[in-house]
Amino acid sequence: MDFSLSPETLEFRQTIRDIVDRTVTPEVIDRMHTSGTFASPELNAELGRHGFFERAVPGLGKGDPIELWVLFNELEKAGAPYDGPAVALMIAGVVNALGTDEQKARIMPSIISGEAMVAMGYSEADYGSDVASIKTRAVKDGDEWVINGSKMWTTMAQAAKWLILLTRTDLDLPKHKGLTMFLLPMDTPGITVEPVHTLGTEVTNATYFDDVRVGDEAVLGGVNNGWRTMTTVLAFERGVMGGSNAAVPLLRHFHDWAASMGLLDSDVVRERLARSVIDMQVAALLTQRSAWIAASGGMPGLEGSMTKVFAAEAYQRISRWCQQMAGPAGLLQFHEQGAAGEGFVEYDARHSPVVTIYGGTTEINRNNIAERHLGLPKSR
Amino acid sequence: MSVDLGLSADQEAIADLFGGFFANESPTTVARAAEPFGFDADLWAKLIELGAPGMGSAVEHGGGGASLSDLVVVAEAFGRAIAPVPLLEHLAAALVLTDADVISGDAIATVAVRPADAAGVWHLVPAGAVAHVVVGLDGDELVAVRSTPPMVSPRNHASAPLADRSAREGERVVLGTAAAFAPVLDRWKVLTAAALVGVADAAMALGVQYVMDRQQFGVPVGSFQAVQHGLADLPVMIDGGRLLTHKAAWAIDSGDAGINDWRLNDITDGSTLASMAFVFTTDGAALATDRSLHYHGGYGFSEEYDIQLYYRRARGWSLVLDDPSIECLNLADRLFGPRGA
Ligand SMILES: Cc1cc2nc3c(=O)[nH]c(=O)nc-3n(C[C@H](O)[C@H](O)[C@H](O)COP(=O)(O)OP(=O)(O)OC[C@H]3O[C@@H](n4cnc5c(N)ncnc54)[C@H](O)[C@@H]3O)c2cc1C
Repeated sequence: MDFSLSPETLEFRQTIRDIVDRTVTPEVIDRMHTSGTFASPELNAELGRHGFFERAVPGLGKGDPIELWVLFNELEKAGAPYDGPAVALMIAGVVNALGTDEQKARIMPSIISGEAMVAMGYSEADYGSDVASIKTRAVKDGDEWVINGSKMWTTMAQAAKWLILLTRTDLDLPKHKGLTMFLLPMDTPGITVEPVHTLGTEVTNATYFDDVRVGDEAVLGGVNNGWRTMTTVLAFERGVMGGSNAAVPLLRHFHDWAASMGLLDSDVVRERLARSVIDMQVAALLTQRSAWIAASGGMPGLEGSMTKVFAAEAYQRISRWCQQMAGPAGLLQFHEQGAAGEGFVEYDARHSPVVTIYGGTTEINRNNIAERHLGLPKSR
Repeated sequence: MSVDLGLSADQEAIADLFGGFFANESPTTVARAAEPFGFDADLWAKLIELGAPGMGSAVEHGGGGASLSDLVVVAEAFGRAIAPVPLLEHLAAALVLTDADVISGDAIATVAVRPADAAGVWHLVPAGAVAHVVVGLDGDELVAVRSTPPMVSPRNHASAPLADRSAREGERVVLGTAAAFAPVLDRWKVLTAAALVGVADAAMALGVQYVMDRQQFGVPVGSFQAVQHGLADLPVMIDGGRLLTHKAAWAIDSGDAGINDWRLNDITDGSTLASMAFVFTTDGAALATDRSLHYHGGYGFSEEYDIQLYYRRARGWSLVLDDPSIECLNLADRLFGPRGA
């Protein structure tokens, strides 16, 4: 095996590091945590201007998946807000794979310039893991589709330009067959967005659809073909775009604080930090493998499930360790005097619970691994 | 040079060759038959015929010139078969030995992974009961000591031919200073890590097979989600361990001074990666054998089923070095600098 990055990739990586240093300032991070919108338009615009988003669109062929991995790994390790661009690029990948020429021309430029973000409307209040059972309806009316219903957890809807929306178009077909995916502008009349506040400060949303009218140009990947579109998205999501090294910035924050407090001589602290570094290295390698599989023409869906479970649980373990090792200072929040790791220790302890839930829970991923990797019978 | 996480064509051939060899020549009945001592001389003789003991030695000394990355492939196949031969110890020790009988395998070599005590005794040396040559630290010196193998071992958890050996009595050659031992120990850690990946992988396969065969409540126990989820944790430990072990071998083979930038998770130093792989695969093999044994129910606890063979080796092959927590503390020194820094 060869683990070396090519000189071009190293250069690419350095440029990303420079951009992050310039744009993701402490003020930007602060703004994220006060506004609840975890995005940095400055960063996105810079990355777009360098053509990095275009290079990073999965399957577009402008850059290889190793670059995609490097891009998101660098953003994540720097503690930069990467979810917004990750979702946007994932959707760009789907548009590229399944969209019409008209859709590509209309939608892609806004994404690859770094200007537009995309919100994902799959989950509903009553359907999360069982997302194929969603009820939001799209009904054909002449040349138009009329959409009614509501979505839950529509993250970034407050700032997004586009919405990718999973709907039911046929009540008579089996649940996976009667679904259609739409991609529509967020400002289409009839859409209401209401914030949902979370433990991790980031604001997500409930979205409501009242007689939202769109044409066929909004159908992505074919009528009643929504599940296929969905699995294409998920394959990208569980692939290579971040979600594996969340503890790397935390370890820096904790380590530097612990050093200043004279805690680094403790065996317990040293052992846990060493184990944490091992887990982050393994998580990075697993993600790199997904990228390599994609670069070699494969689809790293299952490997992504495995990586997600491992990386999510490692991050939770490390967050818990860091908070415990910090003692009471691990309870103090941003800007409080004496807060461990400038408040990141407390923040990560609050943020980490979500990573075993969103984007498919660890149980759903374990079901996948058991059935598709180990060949065990379906248990549901 | 750029990322390639597949085996090379040569390595695929090595994997086929040794996978086939161990499957044919060392099914678990061979490991069982060699218990409790843990050495099968006939199997070793067959490995000599294959040229395995000298595989990693330099071509100019009559060896095969294989890279550590190649040997990792061999070690994983070895681990999967829990073969009762001191192949890994021999391949690690051979890094600093050029004796023709060591390269051929007629003389077995091993590594005393822990330094000799004040009296010059290496305690519980892996393969110490069968090795003719022991390489290890005696004070500030790296020495190779040739003496008659005792051919007896204290009964132990892994049925491994462990024995105390003298670092002073016998034909004693000073090979260098203590620093010269580090590459030998790194090699041993990497090869052991690879073998533990093999152990974990085989243990997982036994578990999956068993839960498909075993029926309770009229269905295979493998259809219960609780059982499935316990097993679903294993492939990532195996794959992650394999990647990390290969990365360590790649770093060592490259000969470059790597870096230890944990702040950006950029780690390419061979010794650091060897230590990380050793700790991670120790955990992975322990977890895989625990879970698999557990999902065998009572039969997992019986001698009759093979999972107990793997369970014991998963622990024994690693613990001969020390508590993995101590390895973590050594790793912490490398990553964060010594205490008080
Ligand atoms: C902060 C945040 C952001 C999100 N962003 C988005 C977004 O942008 N777009 C979007 O569409 N969705 C989003 N989600 C929704 C997310 O994908 C769902 O929360 C997730 O899929 C789980 O669904 P649920 O919350 O309904 O939980 P449920 O499905 O009700 O699950 C509850 C529990 O039951 C377990 N469970 C369910 N089914 C099974 C099974 N078959 N076997 C074993 N256990 C099972 C689950 O693992 C979980 O522990 C977001 C969620 C959060 C918290």
